[in-house]
Amino acid sequence: MKNNKTKRFSLNTQMVLLIIVVVLWVFLSISSSHFLTYENISNIMRQMAIQGILAVGEVVVIITAGIDLSVGSVVALVNIIMSKMVVSGTPIWITVITVLALATGIGLINGVVIYDLRVPAFIATLGMMTIARGATLLISNGSNVFGLPRSLATFASGNFLGIPNLFWFLLLTVVVIEFMLRNTTFGRYIYALGSNPEAARLSGVNLRAVTYGVYALAGFLWGLGGVLETSRLWMGVPTTGTGYELDAIAAAVLGGASLFGAEGNAIGAFFGALVMITIYNGAVLLNINPFWQRILVGIIVIVTVAIDQIRKRREV
Amino acid sequence: MDRYAVQLLNISKSFPGVQALKDVTFKLKEGEVKALVGENGAGKSTLIKILTGAYVPDQGEIIVFDKKEEKMTPIISESLGISAVYQNLILAPHLTVAENIVLGNEPRRAGFLINKTEMIRKAREALAQVGYEGIIDPNEKLGNLPVAQQGIVAIARAVSRNARVVIFDEPTAVLAKRETEELFRIIKELKKRGVSIIYISHRLEEIFQICDTVYVLKDGMFVGEKPINETNEDELISMMVGRKLRKEIYTKRNIGKVVLKVENIRNKKLKGCSLTLKEREIVGLYGLVGSGRTELARAIFGADPIDEGKIYIEGKPVYIKSPATAIKSSLALVPEDRRVQGLALKLSVRDNINLPIYRHISRLSVINHLKERSIANDFVKKLRIKTPSISTTVMNLSGGNQQKVVIAKWLASKSKVFIMDEPTNGVDVGAKEEIYQLMNELASEGAAILFISSYMPELMSICDRILVMKDGKIVGDVPREEMDEEKLLALAIKEQNGEVSAHEK
Repeated sequence: MKNNKTKRFSLNTQMVLLIIVVVLWVFLSISSSHFLTYENISNIMRQMAIQGILAVGEVVVIITAGIDLSVGSVVALVNIIMSKMVVSGTPIWITVITVLALATGIGLINGVVIYDLRVPAFIATLGMMTIARGATLLISNGSNVFGLPRSLATFASGNFLGIPNLFWFLLLTVVVIEFMLRNTTFGRYIYALGSNPEAARLSGVNLRAVTYGVYALAGFLWGLGGVLETSRLWMGVPTTGTGYELDAIAAAVLGGASLFGAEGNAIGAFFGALVMITIYNGAVLLNINPFWQRILVGIIVIVTVAIDQIRKRREV
Repeated sequence: MDRYAVQLLNISKSFPGVQALKDVTFKLKEGEVKALVGENGAGKSTLIKILTGAYVPDQGEIIVFDKKEEKMTPIISESLGISAVYQNLILAPHLTVAENIVLGNEPRRAGFLINKTEMIRKAREALAQVGYEGIIDPNEKLGNLPVAQQGIVAIARAVSRNARVVIFDEPTAVLAKRETEELFRIIKELKKRGVSIIYISHRLEEIFQICDTVYVLKDGMFVGEKPINETNEDELISMMVGRKLRKEIYTKRNIGKVVLKVENIRNKKLKGCSLTLKEREIVGLYGLVGSGRTELARAIFGADPIDEGKIYIEGKPVYIKSPATAIKSSLALVPEDRRVQGLALKLSVRDNINLPIYRHISRLSVINHLKERSIANDFVKKLRIKTPSISTTVMNLSGGNQQKVVIAKWLASKSKVFIMDEPTNGVDVGAKEEIYQLMNELASEGAAILFISSYMPELMSICDRILVMKDGKIVGDVPREEMDEEKLLALAIKEQNGEVSAHEK
């Protein structure tokens, strides 16, 4: 009996989200003739790609009851370094491998600081957020980097099988991470760490390896986001990515992740990001003052989580 | 001395699965110093918490100074002059001594500003009352004081509130000798002023020093009450343990060769412990709370670091640096508090059972779901775990079934040595019997079990021998033929008279 309840409940978390998406989409299709067009949907997909990848990375961290605030700054750092490298003539593939390795390394450092130095994840990644932003500004001297090859921009605006290239990256990320969370030992250890680190440790789980792995994986995804961001912007912008961490956290939480850990999944984060992008997109189409977008997203995050909490309390 | 300060009449209180108190009547006269004694789990703390309003009794009346209290709460109890000093000092280490002493009762100015001068004055006064003025600085951060002095602050705090009834719950557990003597002086002082005192302690010799009467609880029931000069330690011990013998569930097994040998391990809490466990043997580990039982279990399992000592598994020395290596050496730990240490409550029965063995049932780290499910199903069936399905969240199971999930986890990992720390704690009677059964079966199949418990009858009914711990040392090794509750309790409580157990030599 109890089991049915929990099943119904987890369905509900996603259901609420799905209902929100459907309502928004129906409402937008009626109120704007531009909404349900191929161009606009492709546009939504392009916008959503990066944010979705970041949300998936964040959800993995949040399942361990951690948090990573360095998202936006690492995206910006990757953006600037990649732009500089490409402009100075480094082949794209070498550049991409380098920046991905760099971002993964930054994530690993987060993991070391959090596990070995016992710095709370919030503080450790807040520090890293500032450091990465500072490094970005230092390297770029605060100014944009121009002169990237046109091929990068073409890639960002291109399609494969009618679906934007960038969106394929998101789909791939969701599938891989969801598979990892569900079917691998690493995935189980991530949930176990989030539910009860002491019990996991006493069951022989190597918490150090899991923590390193989670933050390194997150760093890798921030790097991927940064690479895609560079191709989308077609330049290096040292201030890019500001506030991405909050969007990523909001999408993860909207998608059913609990900041107390052990709850959430990649598909949920995908839908969370979809809700947020729909709101941003709709606000533009409806000519709503863009400043309202953030207010709306904020309200939706609070309301969704509050509904979730109320329902959980009733379960107990 | 005729008026009653506190009367608790016919109090009953039960928690899920446990009858903590059953029809208990407790009366305390004005100016009386009454000792409250009993084994772990006898109901002492519950009784105190009912008096201080932390628990609401299921039945019974609370009368304080001739006035019946319909609904006791911590605030009412404090306003009636009842205050308590707990063994695990409930103080705020980041605040100053003075702030702690007046906490919740701050002298104010203009309604909300704290009157600092008055606060310091009050703190000085309170410290003076306990004889520590000028020794403890009221402006010092509490956390900077030695633990024993923190204990004095807790006492000063309790007596400073015009207390008329003071409860001392194992106060000497953290006090050094000098502070203990001070405490006794303070208690005598309080008594002279007509303050009533409830004194809880496992150290019987203290009770004989300062108490007027002694009140004995056992298994949540009243056993007896005596003036202190009409009784002695031995009589008290037999009152504390004298209960009906339980059904025998001991089965004779052929004990095999040594599986686990622990030699002289030491750390902060352990002062050189040695023991051996043999195949098909169930060894009990008895000791009062704080004797180091749990610490010993955790040290053997690599959960806490050890400074010194050796561990051998089947004759081979092993270096256990973490639980992961302990598991590889086929050790298993059923930890003391399953909710805090044993289970990932938000995960399913299946995930919890398989947690230690995922690396064995996966290929290139991809989990074999068929195996995972069949293992979980097997153990759910074998241990009769009552759960709607293996994907049910462990949080939703009863205590007994949760405990079975913890045990299943170690059965699944094919452990040879099981360390079980209070495995029947908070488990209902039926499930308890099943856990004993399970231990018997495990041992019959060749496992060695170290069974830690505060509850002697269960140890005596199932163990081949019982080790007794006190102050981080193993002070006794009692074989089945010599098991006797009074003997065990005496070993665990009494000061040693220079006697050293076989293991200590």
